[in-house]
Amino acid sequence: MDFFTLLQILDSSVRLATPLIFAALAGLFSERAGIFDIGLEGKMLASAFLAAALAYTSGSVWIGLIAGTIASLLFSGIHGVASITFRGNQLISGVAINFLASGLTVLVAQHWFSQGGRTPSLSGAARFNPIELPWAESFKDLPFFGPVYYELISGHTILVYVALILVPLSWWVLFRTTFGLRLRAVGENPAAVDTAGISVARTRYLAIIICGLLCGFSGAYLATGLSAGFIKDMSAGRGYIALAALIFAKWRPWYILLACLLFGFLEAISNRYQNIDIFHITVPVQLMQALPYILTVVILAGFIGKAIPPKAGGEPYIKER
Amino acid sequence: MDILPKWAEVILIPVVSLILSFVISAIVIIAIGEDPIAALALMIDGALGSTYGWGYTLYYATNFIFTGLAVSVAFHAKMFNIGGEGQATLGGLGVALMCLHFNWPHWSLALLGASLGGLVFGAFWALVPAYLQAKRGSHIVITTIMFNFIAASLLNYLLVNIFRPDGSMDPATKKFPEATHLPTLHDVLGSFGIPFSKAAPANICFFVAICSCFLVWVLIWRTRLGYEIRAFGHSESAAKYGGISTHKIILLSMVLSGGLAGMMAINNVMGEAERLVMNSVEGAGFIGIAVALMGRSHPIGVFLAAVLFGFLYQGGAELALWTSIPRELIIVIQALVILFTGALDNLVRMPLEKLFLNFKLRNL
Repeated sequence: MDFFTLLQILDSSVRLATPLIFAALAGLFSERAGIFDIGLEGKMLASAFLAAALAYTSGSVWIGLIAGTIASLLFSGIHGVASITFRGNQLISGVAINFLASGLTVLVAQHWFSQGGRTPSLSGAARFNPIELPWAESFKDLPFFGPVYYELISGHTILVYVALILVPLSWWVLFRTTFGLRLRAVGENPAAVDTAGISVARTRYLAIIICGLLCGFSGAYLATGLSAGFIKDMSAGRGYIALAALIFAKWRPWYILLACLLFGFLEAISNRYQNIDIFHITVPVQLMQALPYILTVVILAGFIGKAIPPKAGGEPYIKER
Repeated sequence: MDILPKWAEVILIPVVSLILSFVISAIVIIAIGEDPIAALALMIDGALGSTYGWGYTLYYATNFIFTGLAVSVAFHAKMFNIGGEGQATLGGLGVALMCLHFNWPHWSLALLGASLGGLVFGAFWALVPAYLQAKRGSHIVITTIMFNFIAASLLNYLLVNIFRPDGSMDPATKKFPEATHLPTLHDVLGSFGIPFSKAAPANICFFVAICSCFLVWVLIWRTRLGYEIRAFGHSESAAKYGGISTHKIILLSMVLSGGLAGMMAINNVMGEAERLVMNSVEGAGFIGIAVALMGRSHPIGVFLAAVLFGFLYQGGAELALWTSIPRELIIVIQALVILFTGALDNLVRMPLEKLFLNFKLRNL
């Protein structure tokens, strides 16, 4: 593998990691506030569909992004009502949301476009197009730095950079603001937060809104940045990989970035090579595809450190009387 | 303590939840410009109007009984086994190995062997997450989700690289030998002089599924282990105090659950496809969640809910054939059933409880 191939693989790793970063950060806000969310996949899918559909009909990707985010927020709302207001089982609600999105997107896509559950393919202003960072062209011929800057750092769509900026921003919000402290407290010990006179339900709803917003970005990027249009079940398990990344990172923002880049890298490699020879042992492509899940199980099992979820996660909060 | 009488708990709440999800489904059908009444009529005719329709309905129902029972058994121990899909996939592998590697003299012996294969492989796939939950505290929901994906990759690898016959492009095993082919409902009912469609895939496994319902009922409500599982499900600390080993209950209930999910493969792999193909489970593992929730984790409820979902599946296929409503409508209905009977349980329960409480107070 030469330097240029490596750059190309890393470049596509970053692109494939982007939807994971958005979705994993979405899960971070939700789960840190004590709301388990296995519905990341569904919200991503709903957003991908509405983003592609409205980007196509309006011709503007920005309208698509807004529409996608609204779709994702609606599904977040269902999750919130079920798990906060009606104190239902958060895991079951997540499963329902995934199926609802998987079915509704195809149903509506078929009704609107009659193309077998997909949207027409997007082009031009209906997609997020790569932006070239300043001086990328002129730096191109510099040794090492030139190609790295031109191939790897420059030439992504705007949402890729947004995702990268969101990582430190999430860290700052969660660990350096009052809101972040309350959000984390609600996920660890809601009764204490309640005693301090802060509404547990309101804080959790805010967390869920942030989660919906970020999942919306993730789905919109999937349909209008990474691909050019919506196809049936296009999230293809990415919501679960994001969930895996979140656990792998032990619910911490910077590690989420690393985990997503790692999982993006694995996907980039398995897209490019069928089988890989490492020290004369052939690694089948299926193993590369399964690796994020296997690694997550290993982390969860506590063989490499211990992944401890927020203490009040999954528990509906019932005020004492 | 209990505000609701038993009949309201067991029948009224699920039925109201079901009606709610059907009403919303009807609104969805109207929104995509179709007539829900006509759609329902077409579904009833397609799924229940002929023995051919019944044959498919019962075939799907058989799958859902197994996966529904699987989820139910875990629910009794307050565990959410979301890995039925992966366990049924592995069960398929067990069934295929049994069918291909032994020379079975008769289908009945082959069915016994295959059941064992499905059971053991499915149970194994649930054992690992259960062990990790019991000993290392890893959350069973997350590990079983991960194991679904790992199972899919594993099967993909095995079918493409190992089981695929030479010269075939199709990632599937070769056809199972003639002796392992199971009698269909056409054969079974025909011997009693009842005419039944020859083309439909429903087979003798339907009766195996009914037997499993009975055995699960005996296990949960009539054995010591079942008592321990339920006690653990109601209160982990009380069960512990009563001398019940929590590790044992987690492991055993999950192994049983996985085994039941794996048993599904005798129906779809051995009974219908007669070879192991990619994605043979087709989401039945997840429908088990809806079936268990709707059936209130009771074998009779699971049976009824499984037949209902079998009807929806076959009816949905007919709809997709004759109208412009895609098959995905069924996924929407399934999602709504899970939402209303599972997550939004209190939405139905709270007003009903209020109603019954008022009624009781007035009678006092």
